[in-house]
Amino acid sequence: MPHQLEKRVLLDHAEDPALRTLDGYRRLAGGYETLERAYRDMEQDEVLKELEDSGLRGRGGAGFAMGKKASFLPRGDMAKYLCCNADESEPGAFKDRELMQRNPHQLIEGIAIAALAADAGHAFIFIRGEYAAQADILDAAVAEAYEAGYLGKNILGTHRDLELVVHRGAGAYICGEETALLDALEGKRGNPRLKPPFPAVQGLYGGPTLINNVETLSNVPHIVRHGAGWFKGFGTEQSPGTKVVSVSGGVKRPGNYEVELGIPTRELICDLAGGPEDGHEIKAFFPGGSSSPVLKAEEGLDLPYSFEAMAEAGSMLGSGSIIVCDDRVSIPHLALRTARFYHHESCGKCAPCREGTNWTVKMLERMVRGEATPLDLDIVSSVQQNIIGHCLCVLGDSMAMPVGAMVRKFREEFEAVMENPELVLDPHAVVQAPPETLGASV
Amino acid sequence: MSPVDGAGAFNPNLPVDPAVREGRIPGRAEEEIPELHEVDCPPELRERIEALMGRYPDRRSASIPALWAVQERYGWCTPEGIRQAAAVMRVTPAYLESVASFYDLLHTKPVGRHRIEVCTNISCWMRGGDRLLDAFKAAAEGDEDFFVTGFECLGACDIAPMASINQRYYGPLEAAEAGTAIEQLRAEAEVLPEKALAKRGLAGDG
Repeated sequence: MPHQLEKRVLLDHAEDPALRTLDGYRRLAGGYETLERAYRDMEQDEVLKELEDSGLRGRGGAGFAMGKKASFLPRGDMAKYLCCNADESEPGAFKDRELMQRNPHQLIEGIAIAALAADAGHAFIFIRGEYAAQADILDAAVAEAYEAGYLGKNILGTHRDLELVVHRGAGAYICGEETALLDALEGKRGNPRLKPPFPAVQGLYGGPTLINNVETLSNVPHIVRHGAGWFKGFGTEQSPGTKVVSVSGGVKRPGNYEVELGIPTRELICDLAGGPEDGHEIKAFFPGGSSSPVLKAEEGLDLPYSFEAMAEAGSMLGSGSIIVCDDRVSIPHLALRTARFYHHESCGKCAPCREGTNWTVKMLERMVRGEATPLDLDIVSSVQQNIIGHCLCVLGDSMAMPVGAMVRKFREEFEAVMENPELVLDPHAVVQAPPETLGASV
Repeated sequence: MSPVDGAGAFNPNLPVDPAVREGRIPGRAEEEIPELHEVDCPPELRERIEALMGRYPDRRSASIPALWAVQERYGWCTPEGIRQAAAVMRVTPAYLESVASFYDLLHTKPVGRHRIEVCTNISCWMRGGDRLLDAFKAAAEGDEDFFVTGFECLGACDIAPMASINQRYYGPLEAAEAGTAIEQLRAEAEVLPEKALAKRGLAGDG
């Protein structure tokens, strides 16, 4: 039985492996009933209105209103596209993996209904290359849906068509950025594009394109089935609905928990995920994946877990992925680990990101080796400020925000490491962080 | 005066970037799309790539899936395999190479048959991902059948520290289990059955 704090909508029946099959999805969750009703009885504007009224905010990171985004697509006979962003690569995020693995048909039904709202005739699921098992599950589910007449030409005899292709990537974090995803899907290197034009106007193959995250689209059948009013009954006014939250790091029971948005963050971390290991305390946490500025335990644990509360605290809900750092984690090493990731994943197109991530890594390496001077700390901070807002996409910002926050909030820890080389517990810290500080026994 | 300064007016006395006439590498002509009869593409590979191209409004969208097909067939994206795919897709080999070199899972150099990617990103790192990577490297040392590498977040922080072994996820792993997994792979046995992600329930169900 799920914990009483959980509110399962997207993960309802997810414990049953039968849900993966079309029969099981129909039997357990009333699957495809909403698609049938939408395709037979609803017009594009009706579906769109329901999505707009629901206030559903994108679950991929930016939190933009999904219905509004869909309404930006121009009307007309040109080819329009829908892309499901299943390139979940944000460190700390693993909710889409769970949703695709356990309930692939919910996503397919959501895509088909959203395609109605966007008037798209061609849809793609761009799944990250590492998720090979989940791609296989989706492939099988898509084949079943075609077989049953929910996809393809003349769906359910309504003269509406939808082709759905599962497109597996090949390993690049940047492809989760929507315009890089489009380039990758067009068969190129995944480099972000200049915006505007936004994909809603000029996206895949130059056509209007709606891009949504897996979890966002998985919400669509439920909203159209029960109505926008029902959906708004969950969560807060500005963050309606439930959210599958990935909790990981220094907690006893890491995993995905579906809760109403606005639940106290402490309940998520301490009650659902079991809290920190015995004898340890939470020092800080990333509230929305590794791109979100870290919050100290005392500033963040008592906030409601919602888009607005996290923004007000100077961070963000992002993809809804909490990474908990307990008192053994050395923040300078954490900053280095975070910066290395973005340095590795920078596509190299924009100088502030390419050079900024590179120099941040080099300076942080000097710090944890005890070779830095206090001036370096100020330079690290200024490099972060010079990245934010100066690139085509937000990859650079995604490093600058958390690293900047770590230096700002834990400055004394950086200074201590720099001034007392004996604090650097492991001379090989550049290739391996000191296990004593990192919970070797966890 | 550089050619750029004189842009707009043609002056035959100015040095001209050879790339304009000869391609990016001086002395080498612009690369051409290979013809099918020049590349000896196995029929199954050709059919597979043709089917993949048919799934998209633009054939070039099939470049990543085509490279996956090449990698599956030859073990890695060999120059010959890339030429074959390029001939089928009617693009230059350089185009496909530029794609292959961008993505971490496509290998443009030979790699072992068994591929192990160990996550060393934040959540796994906190729980010993680096040591797990070392353990895998030590256990597979000297065996060319294995390709072991550290990897950025694989999207399985709930089973940290974890590894992707031949494209399936396993975790949470003790460093000692690295050796077990390598032995099981050598014996062609099922790998760490009790640690497979596919067999896990939802975290909230206890």
